[in-house]
Amino acid sequence: MKHKTFFWFFLPTAMAMLIFIAAPLVSVIMQSLFLPHEAVLIQVENCGPFGCTQQTSIDQEATQALRDAAPMGRFAGLEVYFDRGHLATAEVAEAWRTRESLGAFFGELGNLPFYRAMAFTLTYTFTVTPLLIALGFFIAVGVNSVTRQIRGFLIFFSLLPMIVTPLVGSLILFWMIDARGILGNLLQYLANDPDLSLKASTPLMWISLIVYGIWSSAPFAFVVFYAGLQTVPQDTLESAQIDGATRWQQIRYVLVPHLMPLITFVALIQLMDNFRVFEPIIGFSAQAHATSLSWIIFNDLGGETRQLSAAATTSVLTVLCVAILLTPVLVRTWRDFKGKA
Amino acid sequence: MASKAQEKPLSLRILLTVFLVIWLIAAAFPFMWTLWGSFKVELDFFSIANWRDALTGPRTEFTYGHPFTGAGYAGAWIQEEFWRSVINTFIVCFFVVCISLTLGTLGGYALSRSGHNYVFWLLIAALMFRALPPITLVSGYLPPFFEWNIWGYLPTAIIVLVAINQPFTLWMLHSFFQKIPKELDESAKVDGCTQFQAFRHVIIPVMWPGVITTGLFSFLLAYNDFAVTAMLLSESNRTMIPAVAAFLGTTQTEGNVMFAVAAVVSATVPLFIMVMFFQRQIVSGLTAGAVKG
Repeated sequence: MKHKTFFWFFLPTAMAMLIFIAAPLVSVIMQSLFLPHEAVLIQVENCGPFGCTQQTSIDQEATQALRDAAPMGRFAGLEVYFDRGHLATAEVAEAWRTRESLGAFFGELGNLPFYRAMAFTLTYTFTVTPLLIALGFFIAVGVNSVTRQIRGFLIFFSLLPMIVTPLVGSLILFWMIDARGILGNLLQYLANDPDLSLKASTPLMWISLIVYGIWSSAPFAFVVFYAGLQTVPQDTLESAQIDGATRWQQIRYVLVPHLMPLITFVALIQLMDNFRVFEPIIGFSAQAHATSLSWIIFNDLGGETRQLSAAATTSVLTVLCVAILLTPVLVRTWRDFKGKA
Repeated sequence: MASKAQEKPLSLRILLTVFLVIWLIAAAFPFMWTLWGSFKVELDFFSIANWRDALTGPRTEFTYGHPFTGAGYAGAWIQEEFWRSVINTFIVCFFVVCISLTLGTLGGYALSRSGHNYVFWLLIAALMFRALPPITLVSGYLPPFFEWNIWGYLPTAIIVLVAINQPFTLWMLHSFFQKIPKELDESAKVDGCTQFQAFRHVIIPVMWPGVITTGLFSFLLAYNDFAVTAMLLSESNRTMIPAVAAFLGTTQTEGNVMFAVAAVVSATVPLFIMVMFFQRQIVSGLTAGAVKG
């Protein structure tokens, strides 16, 4: 295809991505470097029949003039990055200097919003991803071994947790694990503790969120692995059987190596997707126990006061983390491309 | 296939069946339970006394004279005007799918038919954009949208969703287009078609399965989005998912949780129907990028 033809075919989608993805990204980075102007204060003396009082008020005109002169706000450099709401370098250094034990230091860190969110996000990402891969793999092996007639039926129901809107799915589970819901009741019965409430305990809330994460993403792994199982070479499997491999050995030494590229694929995609965990925190109303970087951004942007520069800074930090998780994907794509060329 | 050697011992078969049944219950039961419970009053669905109340509904019967009631639905759809959000959702989804596919097929086709080096870099850029969580872009949208006074309207949200959708659409359509032999459009060009005519009259007619699959995923992305629509739409233009989230804030405190339950079930139904009819396409779409690699 000629360069010119390519250009015209690609122009519309390129424009959409440049204007609504690349430009906002630049704008987010800029915003994170600026702070809104502080209001200009003036002292006014009010003199009345009972003497004079000093009053401080906002000089609207001067503030407006300042805003018009520099609409981006005042330049703050990396100040916002290091403040208490983000990397909190001063607080971390202080906690490190005054630490009594390592545990106490991490406890201190847990009080800082950014590290609190990081702790949950990373725990969530690195527990959900391996577990969903394992579950998805066993479902795939299971479905692959039943008769063809009921496979469609199984796949239909297996797809539901993934297809359903994350917020809706998490609400449905949340209502069931409510102390008055069916699963909450069951847990109370099993633990023999009528006051047991998942909402009141941080570890239980984390576990519920992780269970939701596995429940909603395992179908993706299942579908991918199931498709991979259809391409397993039957000869290899048969020769393994003739050599006397047990069923477990067949899975371990034939199926898993055959599916390995797919397992890597699912792991890489899911690491990135789980890192942005957000909707379940809203659905489970879990913000008191667990927050994530995405949730902090949402929280800063919502409400009456839109804290743009705080949100922008957290956004940039999130993008940097995603970039780290993305690197292996890019390396893999690069290798594929090299392999083809 | 079913040779004697591959026959499973009974214990294994039982284990397998039990496992699949447990998974089936885990996957499907929450939806059935919530659907059933949405026709009850709150004291039955969230019963302190006995969990079986959610099945039989004694208080629902006491209040409404029948174990099933549509009160939650009436409250959500009419009193809280959920129908507005439903209409908004379908407007947004319809336009997002149409525009995404138009831009995506043109771009994806160009990417699959050009052998130049920059194609790879464009695909890599798209992959990076695809990895960005949409919420990180929102603070970049807000100031200009307020400035130009376009915040809160459906077209704004539609364009933003289309753009966020593009990287994914491009990748998927690119891989579908690559399966169509290049000889097809080359022979059309030999017969005197321009590149665009070849694309329009020769390639698109054989691309329908790929276009439909990609369209389904565009639909899902627009339908399931919460972060962007919640931030970019005003209250009167809300789509379903932000509306459900808003129910949690306001109505839960007023004792109208059942409105939220009814709204959640209403939002699940279209997805349920979609999976029922397009299961094959969804599965093929999920595996399109994966199985080759």
